[in-house]
Amino acid sequence: MTPFSFERAPDLTSAVKSGGRFLAGGTNLVDLMKENVERPAHVTDINSLPLRDITELPKGRLRLGALATNADTADHPVVQARYPLLASAILAGASPQLRNAATNGGNLLQRTRCFYFYDTATACNKRTPGAGCAAIGGLTRMHAILGSSDKCIATHPSDMCVALRALDAQVNVVGVDGERSIAFKDFHRLPGASPEKDSNLQPGELITGIDLPAKAFDRHYTYLKLRDRLSYAFALVSVAVALEINDGIIAEARVALGGVAHKPWRNEEAEQMLVGHAPDPELFARFADDVLREARGQGDNDFKIELARRAIKRALEQAAARRPQSQTYKRIA
Amino acid sequence: MQLRSAQPKAAFEAPSVVLIKLTVNGQDLSLQVEPWVTLLDLLRDKLELTGTKKGCDHGQCGACTVIIDGKRINSCLVLAVSRHDAEITTVEGLAQNGELHPLQRAFIERDAFQCGYCTPGQLCSAKALIGEGRTRDRAEISEFMSGNLCRCGAYPNIVDAIQDVVEGRS
Repeated sequence: MTPFSFERAPDLTSAVKSGGRFLAGGTNLVDLMKENVERPAHVTDINSLPLRDITELPKGRLRLGALATNADTADHPVVQARYPLLASAILAGASPQLRNAATNGGNLLQRTRCFYFYDTATACNKRTPGAGCAAIGGLTRMHAILGSSDKCIATHPSDMCVALRALDAQVNVVGVDGERSIAFKDFHRLPGASPEKDSNLQPGELITGIDLPAKAFDRHYTYLKLRDRLSYAFALVSVAVALEINDGIIAEARVALGGVAHKPWRNEEAEQMLVGHAPDPELFARFADDVLREARGQGDNDFKIELARRAIKRALEQAAARRPQSQTYKRIA
Repeated sequence: MQLRSAQPKAAFEAPSVVLIKLTVNGQDLSLQVEPWVTLLDLLRDKLELTGTKKGCDHGQCGACTVIIDGKRINSCLVLAVSRHDAEITTVEGLAQNGELHPLQRAFIERDAFQCGYCTPGQLCSAKALIGEGRTRDRAEISEFMSGNLCRCGAYPNIVDAIQDVVEGRS
C-alpha cells in the first residue's frame, strides 16, 4: 500500500471538506489499495457519522443509512417483510464476513472486478484514461454484453444494486454544494468515452442514505443469480424481477439485470410489453429477446446472451408463480 | 562539466501513527498504529497472536476471520485504525480457563480439520454463525459458512461439528 494520511471525520461537514477518500467498511477500498489500483493520499474514516440507521419514512418509504452494513440491511425485519427482493439480492452476494463489514454506500460505489482493472501491469482506461483496454480481445468471461463502449467492457459487480434498480430507489448525497437526491437509474454510468467515472457523484460527494419507495413488490419477486460456483462468486448473469399482478394480469413489471453491463440494466420500454397481459412463457421469451436484441458478446462471454435469455424467462416465471429463488437452497425454483 | 548536487525532492513526511484502543480477547490495549496496517497484520505481527491466518489477504478465503463487536469479519480488509474501541475475539480467545470451546471439541471429535490452516477462521466464523442463528439445516450452515474455504475439503465434517454444537451434542 502506498502510505497515506488518515483522519477520522467527527461529523458530515468535516467529512465533506476533508478532501479525503472515504473509508467505511473498507471491503473494496482496502482491497484496491493493497493492489495499488487506488492510491489515495488522504483517507477519511467516516464510520463515526450517524448514518447507520434504517428508518421508516412517511408514506410507507424506507431509508437505508449509507453506513448500515449489508448484513444488517438484509436482516432488518422491515426489509425482509416489505422488500424481500432486496434482502434476497444482498444475501446472494459476497460472504457473511464481507456482508458484516460492507456498507450500503460502499456497495453502490464498489468498483468493477475486471481482472485488467485490477492488474496495474495492463492497459486500463478506467484506471488511466487513454491507456487503452486490455480486456477487449482478452479474457472476457466476466465482461459486459450490453452498453459497453470501445473504451471499456467492464461490469458492475453488485447484486444489491440490481434490486435497488428494480425497486427505483433514490440515492441521497451531500457535498460542498449541499444535499441532492439521485434517482438510482442515474447513479451509475455507462462507460462511454469516460470509463474512469463509475458514477455521477461529484468529487467529494458523500452518500448519506438510500430511500426505498413505498411500492414494495413483496408478493411477486425473485433474484436469480447464475455463477460459476454455488456461492461466493460474482454473477455471470443475474435477474431481479418485481411484478404487480392483479386478477391474473400483470399491472407493473420491473426486470433488472446484473453481471451484463457497467450498471444494472433495465429496459423500461420493453417492460411495457408485459403490462396488461397474463403471465405466459411465450410472452416472457419475447420480452427477453427484446431486452437482449442489442446484446453483443466479447468472445469468451458470448454464452451470456443465451444464459440471460433463459434466466430472464425463468425469473419471470418464478416471480409470477410466487416461487422466489432461495439463496440457501440452490435448486433453481 | 559542472557538477551540481542533486536537488532534494519534497521532504518525505515521516508516517504518522494513530493512537487506538482495542480490547483483544478480553485484554484492553492502547496501540500506536500506522494507518495502513490491517487488523490481521496487527494481530499477527504486533500482538504475536498468530492463530489468525493470512490465506489470501484479499477477503476471498476467510482464513483471517475474527469476531469484531460480535460480528465475524475478514481482518485482512480492516484497517486497524478504523476499528478504534472495538472488542475483538480471535481463535486464541475461544477457550476459557483452559477449557476448549464446544466448537473446538466438536472439530476434534468430528475430524473437521486436516492441515489446520483454515481452522482458526472456521472456528471464529462458526461461533459467530451460531449467534446469528442461520443453522437450521446442513444447507443453511453450508451457505452461511461459504465465506470460509478449506482446500483439504473438510467441509462435511465441519458442518457435522457445527451441527453437534447447535444441537447440544458437544
